[in-house]
Amino acid sequence: MKHVLESKEIAGSPNYQTTRFDTLVSWVQAILQKTGADKPLDWAVNASRANSLWPMPFGTACCAIEFMATAASRFDFARFGMERQAFSPRQSDVLICAGRLPFKLAPVIRRIYDQMPQPKWVISMGACASTGGIFDNYAMVQGIDTIVPVDVYVPGCPPRPEGLLYGVLLLHKKIKGESLIDSALRNEHPLDATGLRLPPEKIDEISEPFGNSVHQFRSA
Amino acid sequence: MNPSVDALRGIFGAAVGRAVELRGETIVYVDPRRLTEIMRWLKHTAGQSYDYLVDVTAVEYRDRERPLEVVYFLRSLERRVDLRLKVELDPRADLVVDSVTPLWRGADWLEREVFDMFGVKFTGHPDLRRILMWETYAEGYPLRKDFPLRGRFSRAEQVRQALNANPEAHYSMEELSIAEAYQELPEDMRDRLARGERDKIPGSE
Repeated sequence: MKHVLESKEIAGSPNYQTTRFDTLVSWVQAILQKTGADKPLDWAVNASRANSLWPMPFGTACCAIEFMATAASRFDFARFGMERQAFSPRQSDVLICAGRLPFKLAPVIRRIYDQMPQPKWVISMGACASTGGIFDNYAMVQGIDTIVPVDVYVPGCPPRPEGLLYGVLLLHKKIKGESLIDSALRNEHPLDATGLRLPPEKIDEISEPFGNSVHQFRSA
Repeated sequence: MNPSVDALRGIFGAAVGRAVELRGETIVYVDPRRLTEIMRWLKHTAGQSYDYLVDVTAVEYRDRERPLEVVYFLRSLERRVDLRLKVELDPRADLVVDSVTPLWRGADWLEREVFDMFGVKFTGHPDLRRILMWETYAEGYPLRKDFPLRGRFSRAEQVRQALNANPEAHYSMEELSIAEAYQELPEDMRDRLARGERDKIPGSE
């Protein structure tokens, strides 16, 4: 992923640099902290953010079909402010990974995540995106949390539209609990020098087989 | 039994091995050294005219004594007849067989897939690269029987190598120059594509 960070497009974007806007935000945060006015402002900002989430769908498998059902008229997640689906990372708030993620797509989803402006959240939809699911093999990422940070995991194979809607509502709840003063929430976490998001031991631990696949050995 | 088998025996003699009929389909084993000749004859001879190559694939059996087979599915569109050819290779030696791309242009990607998954090298193939796995994939050939299901590297190393792969390097220079869009790419991207990322990722196990 090094080449992505080196490329002008991303290195020059507001995501990776302290801008004048950030300075302004930190002043406002200091004032809010002093005056104790952060609570009503938090409420207003969080309500605005939660109720106008623009999803960036990253559909790779059958979960994407359920995602489309969720977006269509019967379930209609426009009711929860997700009216506009942004098929462009630059104009989106929440990345919804719907479906299995092969290793070949890992740099792609990481680049999409890096290109999304703050604030941003990630929903991992379905068993494969969350854990690798039934694909405990050489080609599949064992949970997208080894690649990008995840806010809400929606279980199911695939989850019903109600399941995804419940996940979205959970994300609303999470957003409404955020604080403007806590600037760490909006920090970018680019891949470190090892080229990984997490320490290697952590990734190995997350990727451990579970369920039926414990009966298969690595060497088998 | 498909009458083409006897016709093949008449022309190529010992290069044609045993033939099996299974559920109405004929499978004939042929000598890999004379594959191109046999294929050309089957395609161009009147009365045979197997003009359509349906699929190229390979099989490796769990029994280590059994050879690895490369399988060709032929069909004659005008005669509506199928014929299946198999070529046997020793899985412990180099897997080399002639490419049939000069006869069927459509064999290009099919042979690339067999190369990607089994490591069979098709001599004379115009562009023999991996097609499903990315080009820096260093763990081997996934559908071989000695390949562990979860791959050879640790999961962390797999994630690291995957994240280091350049998603823009999946196209060959030929594909891009045909597309004409190549000249319109930014300089740095053209440079990166020209270099390719075909070698190992630095610091690999």
